Amino acid sequence: MEYFNIFVKGIFIENMIFAYFLGMCSYLAVSKTVKTANGLGLAVIFVLGITVPINYLLENYVLKEGALAWLSPDYANVDLGFLSFIMFIAVIASMVQLVEMIVEKFAPALYGALGIFLPLIAVNCSILGGALFMQDRQYPSIGEATVFGLGSGVGWWIAIVAIAAIREKIRYSHVPAPLRGLGITFIITGLMGIAFMSFMGIEI
Amino acid sequence: MSTETTPAVTQKKESLFSKKNKKLLSDPLNDSNPITVQVLGICSALAITVQLQQAVIMSLSVLFVMIGGNVIISLMRNMVPDRIRIIVQLVVVASLVIIVDEVLQAFQPDISEKLSVFVGLIITNCIIMGRLEAFALANKPGPSFLDAIGNGMGYAWILLVVSIVREVFGSGAISLPGMGQVKFLPTSWFISEGGLYENNNLMILPPMALITVGIIIWIQRSRNQALIEEN
Repeated sequence: MEYFNIFVKGIFIENMIFAYFLGMCSYLAVSKTVKTANGLGLAVIFVLGITVPINYLLENYVLKEGALAWLSPDYANVDLGFLSFIMFIAVIASMVQLVEMIVEKFAPALYGALGIFLPLIAVNCSILGGALFMQDRQYPSIGEATVFGLGSGVGWWIAIVAIAAIREKIRYSHVPAPLRGLGITFIITGLMGIAFMSFMGIEI
Repeated sequence: MSTETTPAVTQKKESLFSKKNKKLLSDPLNDSNPITVQVLGICSALAITVQLQQAVIMSLSVLFVMIGGNVIISLMRNMVPDRIRIIVQLVVVASLVIIVDEVLQAFQPDISEKLSVFVGLIITNCIIMGRLEAFALANKPGPSFLDAIGNGMGYAWILLVVSIVREVFGSGAISLPGMGQVKFLPTSWFISEGGLYENNNLMILPPMALITVGIIIWIQRSRNQALIEEN
């Protein structure tokens, strides 16, 4: 039940786009058609599902204060927390590279669908954001951290597919010239955010 | 995402404040504003604009990281192999962000608490990576320095405008770092005290940041028709 709760919370209540604005750059840039938006969204789910648990292990067995105690009791006071940014981003960048190579070798069809999006993802704020929120919220087990990562990814995917669908339609309406493109996308995202706020306060 | 490269500065003898270099400073304020035109660095711009003081600290942090990153990458541009440039950039930027984070935790603990993960997210702020890729890798340190200042200021003014609008209408106050929040409306004006005024709580909620930026884009593009996009 706890897992389900975290999952739903990640999708609707603490949606990466509408509540925290994470990954907005690629959200705005790659949402012109549903097909590409879908590809990028799936790649984000995939990478968040992999990097959040790895960063969880890193955080709890290397970086956190006292985390190194499993090596020897002498290290119980070591706090490497200040290194977490650089470690997380290094893990994310190298994992993305690794995943790209593995997918290319073993699942060429998936690579065809995700391939061009994977390199983009290393600098997508939602991935590093996922790792930092995981660190902030101190999930009790790796299972919960993974579910959080997947839930956030699904929330991001829903958001980008929805805005892409709206943008495909809005091409046929009379938007005031200065608002065309970027401006109207911002305002629609704001309205969608207000709609998503109705999920706030739901406890499962 | 438009990543138009500013033409590389090639002449050897060129004063730092030539016409071309002045353009590097002034263009990002309007014609190629990082937020409203290049669509870079939106995430942090929206999330931390509830209060002016957070926006000021965030702008200064981004400005510092941008200047540092642009100058360092520009100095290293001939040494870094093309294939590993992204990871080199990330390491340089991450180190600068760690410095910012430690300084904030030491001197502005309240604001550092409020900014929470968004200081860390300066690393993946596309505005920084975008300028490193598009400008610093191809230009000398001098122009890169100016480009960083220009883009940092372009980012900052949007942040400040959005946060002033949101704080004035949302909380009826203005806050600056070190001064705390200054409420400028007398409390007797509020409905709870028998007056007629009420703060608009919607402005504090996240979606209003998006709509405020949308309106800024609208105003900017109706004054600067060259920026209007095809549908």
